[in-house]
Amino acid sequence: MKKAIIYSIVVIIAILSILPFVFMVSASLMKDGAASVYPPRLIPDGVTFEQYKSLFTRLNLSRYLLNSLIISVGVTFFSLFLNSMAGYAFAKHRFSAKKSLFKLLLSSMIIPGQVTMLPVFLMLKNMGMINTYFAIIIPGMASIFGIFLIRQFAYSIPDSLIEAAKIDGASEAKIYTSIILPLCKPILVTLGIFTFMGTWNDFLWPLIVMTDSSMYTMPVALANLMGEHTLDTELMMAGSVVTILPVLIVFLALQKYYIKGIMMGSVKG
Amino acid sequence: MSNTKSNAAAVFFFVGPSLAVIFVFFFLPVIAAFLMSFTDFDIYSLGNLSYMRFVGLKNYQKLFENPLFWTSLKNTLYFVVIGGPLSVAVSLSAALLLNSKLVKLKGLFRLTYFLPVVTTLVAVAIVWRFIYHPRFGLLNYMLSFIGVNPIDWLGDTRFSMPAIILMAVWKNFGYNMIIFIAGLQNIPEYLYEAAVMEGANDWKQFRYITLPMLAPTTLFISIITMIGYFQLFAEPYVMTQGGPLNSTMSIVLYMYQEGFRWWNMGYSTAIAFALFLIIFVVTMIQFRIQKETEE
Repeated sequence: MKKAIIYSIVVIIAILSILPFVFMVSASLMKDGAASVYPPRLIPDGVTFEQYKSLFTRLNLSRYLLNSLIISVGVTFFSLFLNSMAGYAFAKHRFSAKKSLFKLLLSSMIIPGQVTMLPVFLMLKNMGMINTYFAIIIPGMASIFGIFLIRQFAYSIPDSLIEAAKIDGASEAKIYTSIILPLCKPILVTLGIFTFMGTWNDFLWPLIVMTDSSMYTMPVALANLMGEHTLDTELMMAGSVVTILPVLIVFLALQKYYIKGIMMGSVKG
Repeated sequence: MSNTKSNAAAVFFFVGPSLAVIFVFFFLPVIAAFLMSFTDFDIYSLGNLSYMRFVGLKNYQKLFENPLFWTSLKNTLYFVVIGGPLSVAVSLSAALLLNSKLVKLKGLFRLTYFLPVVTTLVAVAIVWRFIYHPRFGLLNYMLSFIGVNPIDWLGDTRFSMPAIILMAVWKNFGYNMIIFIAGLQNIPEYLYEAAVMEGANDWKQFRYITLPMLAPTTLFISIITMIGYFQLFAEPYVMTQGGPLNSTMSIVLYMYQEGFRWWNMGYSTAIAFALFLIIFVVTMIQFRIQKETEE
């Protein structure tokens, strides 16, 4: 009895979790206007790809996909390097200001990012970087959360490995590239997915710095499309599918690392 | 590692780049924003800095006198105070369910519950806009089976914020659920075994073992959820543009409109600092409450 109740709740939550996605996918496969019927249909009458076709032909979606891809890959690539270097040094190097510096970084995580947006916007504007990929990639190259995550992991690397390499005459750079980076691979994958998905899904900052429509990222393009095509339900659903699909694929392929990252990030946050 | 200090050049090489980025794009802007909030920086100053003047506390005074700021604060608090605990409660319930020994296929269910978390907020907000459609929406259709008349979710000031909260809970509960599951798995099994031997029922086990043992996890989750919820933006931007009648206008949406639509940048940074101050105070209060209940 108890088991039956628990199972039915578990299944109901599962259905509610995916129902909006079922609606999204099925509406995206319908003809214009076919989703606006009562009662709502979760299975299309006949499958058509015309919505996807107009997204890529008429509405220039491939351009936005490319923008999002370049930006997300760019931020992920650079931030993995910078954060792993700093995280490693905070875990394994000794320097006088280390403790207080790290404390300062951690406690400043309470400052909401919105506070910095206007000055950073003005700064980028003066440097002529508004409406360039740099406007998102450069401020995203390092993050306090990323440094923290790597540091937690790098602690577990035995000092003896680093000592031995030093005795063998390895340089600092060599230790980082040939010992630290390979050993940190799992956490680098975790941080990489976090960064990629976070950048892909981000909305407010790209909305601010990408004012030229040719530079829109997917979420910005989608929100903008929404304004013009409020009534084209089927088209908007197709746009949502295309926006979600890349992050969904990355997540499904690497979910183990992602889940682990959430758990690590929550340890003594 | 040896007790001597590391080579200063090496430390600089490793830490320097990240700290430079964080300093230039975070710490410096925080200070700049603080200074800007005491100026009348606007669209004219954007062209020529000499048009900018220090105005003291005028922006903050304007903020206090502006009904739209109070409306946005009230709406944001509504979202945080109702939506936050609701999210945490749903996350905890889901975690308890999936942690139950009776449930098989845990991995599959966990993955399903987690899908909304990883998907793009703007895209799901658009999907939910249609789910909330008064005539053709899925939600009204489902509610019709229990005799509820069609509701204009996003067009009625009484339902617009509940609609946004419902979507946010759906979108976010999976994230905290994962953290709760990790917390639950850290509770030693013998505590429950001892309780069962003394005849404690499910509720008592939950109340006197699970909840106290989860307290640090719950505090952490409450704080990150609250900080995140204070920054409500994309949902109202996409679904309601802050309407109807400003019933979903949030602080960040208000800040965005003042700063980036009307270019009242001095005023806009004052809004951002007000937000920071509120988040700071509420976080401190949560820590204090936690400390007191522990003592």
